[in-house]
Amino acid sequence: MANLLYAATESAQEAAEAAGHAGGAQDAGEIMKHLIAHVYDHPVISINWHPFGWEWLDLSVTKLTLMMWIAAALILILFRSLAMLQRREGTHGRYVNFFEPFVLYVRDEMVYPIMGKPKGRKYLPLFLTQFFFILFANLLGLIPYMATATGNLAVCGSLAATTLVTIFFMGMAEQGLFKFWKNLVPSGMPFWLIPLLFPIELISIFIKCFALTIRLFANMTAGHIVILTFIGLIFIFQSYLVAVPSIGFALFIYMLEIFVGLLQAFIFTMLSIIFINMAIHPHH
Amino acid sequence: MQGLIAHLAAGIGAAFTVIGAGYGIGRLAGSALEGMARQPEAAGDIRTAMIIAAALIEGIAFFALVICILLAFK
Repeated sequence: MANLLYAATESAQEAAEAAGHAGGAQDAGEIMKHLIAHVYDHPVISINWHPFGWEWLDLSVTKLTLMMWIAAALILILFRSLAMLQRREGTHGRYVNFFEPFVLYVRDEMVYPIMGKPKGRKYLPLFLTQFFFILFANLLGLIPYMATATGNLAVCGSLAATTLVTIFFMGMAEQGLFKFWKNLVPSGMPFWLIPLLFPIELISIFIKCFALTIRLFANMTAGHIVILTFIGLIFIFQSYLVAVPSIGFALFIYMLEIFVGLLQAFIFTMLSIIFINMAIHPHH
Repeated sequence: MQGLIAHLAAGIGAAFTVIGAGYGIGRLAGSALEGMARQPEAAGDIRTAMIIAAALIEGIAFFALVICILLAFK
């Protein structure tokens, strides 16, 4: 889907530039396509080497890759130094006290009430990583000249894939290889209902992880497109009078975007906890 | 002609999606607020459950939004 949209935008961009050079006023659709092209990815360092001769594998460093590296580096630097500061006795500095509530919230209000203490402690690093990676990636996208790493379907898909893999592998590891599949169907069902219910339960795992992807991707991209639309209105109407309310609305949506970034990180992690809990604790 | 109908379909689809999501989340918020008003001690739990349910309903709305965007850019 992203390739199609990118190709469409590329051709629209060329058409818009040609129209822009030819005459002054552009079509509204061309302006919007030109603006929405800002949401798409472009390579920063083009690498034309394909491993194993696979032409479809494009390993170039794009802007979103750079954003993901920055988010990962932020998490590494920040939390390693916080952990080392935490080991000292006495009161801690401002930065520890700033991030401690977030970590404690994830642990005490999200993981432990649902999963219980021993299992929760085992899976806590996964959920903390998911929460803070999505949070930093979302918030980094709001800085000018940077892009939202989670605004790409592939990144969101990979994040949901970690939940999917954890459900299957740790479900089978915790419950036993065959008990996991047996416990997919609730017990006490008449046995002619089982061939109907088993595929439904199996597909529902995949659908739930797909919904995680789409929720995160659409929330992040929709916010950016709304902001770009409001700014595009100024160019479509070609007047300064439209600029004042338009920028006002765009700023309001910008504030909402910060809240939505936090909320989506929370929702992704919370749903991840619930799904993995359903996989490792068989419901009776 | 096909492009026109695709754009029209995208618009109508988005409108119906917003109606459905708005109605659902509105009812959810109403019940949640009523519950919080009846029993202020449970306000924290109700608030958390409300946010989770709202995110799930919004997730479905975004399914339809993605389909509408696919149609609009056809």
